Amino acid sequence: MIDLHFFVEIIPTLLSGLPLTLQLAGLSIAIGFALALLLALAQQGNHRMLVWPIRAFVAVFRGTPLLVQIFLIYYGLGQFRPTLQAVGLWWVFREPYWCAIIALSLNTAAYGSEILRGAIQGVPRGLVEAASAFGMTRIQTLRLVVLPLALRQAIPSYSNEIVLMVKGTSLASIVTLMEVTGIAQGLISQTYRAVEVFVAAGAIYLTINFAIISALNALETWLTPYRVRA
Amino acid sequence: MTDALHILSLGKGGWGGALLLAAGVTFALSVLGFLLGALFGAVAASGRLSTRVVPSRLAKGYGTVFRGVPDLLTIYLLYYGGSIALTEIGKFFGSAGFVGLPTFATGVLAIGIISGAYQAEVYRGAYLAVDPGQFEASKALGLSRFQSLRLVIIPQLMRHALPGLGNVWQLVLKDSALISVIGLVELMRQSQIGAGSMREPFVFYLAAAALYFLIAAVTGSVFRYGEARAWRGMVHA
Repeated sequence: MIDLHFFVEIIPTLLSGLPLTLQLAGLSIAIGFALALLLALAQQGNHRMLVWPIRAFVAVFRGTPLLVQIFLIYYGLGQFRPTLQAVGLWWVFREPYWCAIIALSLNTAAYGSEILRGAIQGVPRGLVEAASAFGMTRIQTLRLVVLPLALRQAIPSYSNEIVLMVKGTSLASIVTLMEVTGIAQGLISQTYRAVEVFVAAGAIYLTINFAIISALNALETWLTPYRVRA
Repeated sequence: MTDALHILSLGKGGWGGALLLAAGVTFALSVLGFLLGALFGAVAASGRLSTRVVPSRLAKGYGTVFRGVPDLLTIYLLYYGGSIALTEIGKFFGSAGFVGLPTFATGVLAIGIISGAYQAEVYRGAYLAVDPGQFEASKALGLSRFQSLRLVIIPQLMRHALPGLGNVWQLVLKDSALISVIGLVELMRQSQIGAGSMREPFVFYLAAAALYFLIAAVTGSVFRYGEARAWRGMVHA
């Protein structure tokens, strides 16, 4: 029943989509993280004019499906082609690749900013007071005390978010990008062998996710040398 | 702007009615999928909690696979895998063409399997959060295993499970948009149809986003109400 020969045939085909999957995931996670950190920090000041728009952004991107976001950016903004051409941004919104990256980045920034906001608020107040008693400036306190602790605290939740993002890159196949899932779908409709293709493509995703989780676990352990793990 | 209002109106020539109906399909699909997932999740959680090796490994494998593999792949597996099997059966009985699975049922099954993997973790954590003394006390009262589960453990377990279940529900609602790829006319698919026919993708996808947001907000408050009710009379941090 299980045909090894068939696996040997499809795995290289599926792997040809891996660079695109990794690119989409890597770029959007990096951009999303930078944006998430910015949004989380901007909310620390409690300036209403800053906090409210950020809250709205987060609520919208967390409350709607990623697929709708991708379609809104790719097909929806495509409707404003003359305007986008006039401001010189058409080359970005013309490409499904950049539209997928934008949607994925904004989506993970919304989720990530909530994780980081919680982690920053979780840093004990006494440490911040101690830092200011040492005569540290606000930037120094942030850089030397708050962020190192908060980022380490955020690792477990953030690794969940990263796994969700890797899974999320599969939606790019719906806007014609041939990453692993897109190729898998093509293979299924050519060969009519859904189970084998699912197993092979699924194994690729599980391997990526396993590598990410192990790396982040190792990072967390390395950053907390004094904590003896059970 | 008046154009957009006209397109989305409920009256003649407007798409409002079709979109609202499709939002109803999305809601029904999500609710049924979530409930099926509760069943799968409960079975998987009891497997994880079992001291026997086989159920525990199986349940763990189920969770790892369906939480780690893109939901889109799972949907393709069920739809194409099922349809291919059905087509073979059809051939046997003399039908010639491709036989597709019913899309709504496939969608419910897909969401059930995926959300069950997430719900299993929620139930497992909640079960472990129930004070062990409660099990002993219900045994001391002479309750049978089933009675103690139904009357003592599950009501307390739900207190701990509800926040997690609320998160899974939000995930399910958004995941339901992916069922559009197999052709079920739910909210996402209906917006695609409207966007294509009126050549106004921005208006339609914005409307879809607003409807998803609305469903998520309203149902989210139902979960918060349920949580408050589950904790009534209790002091908790």
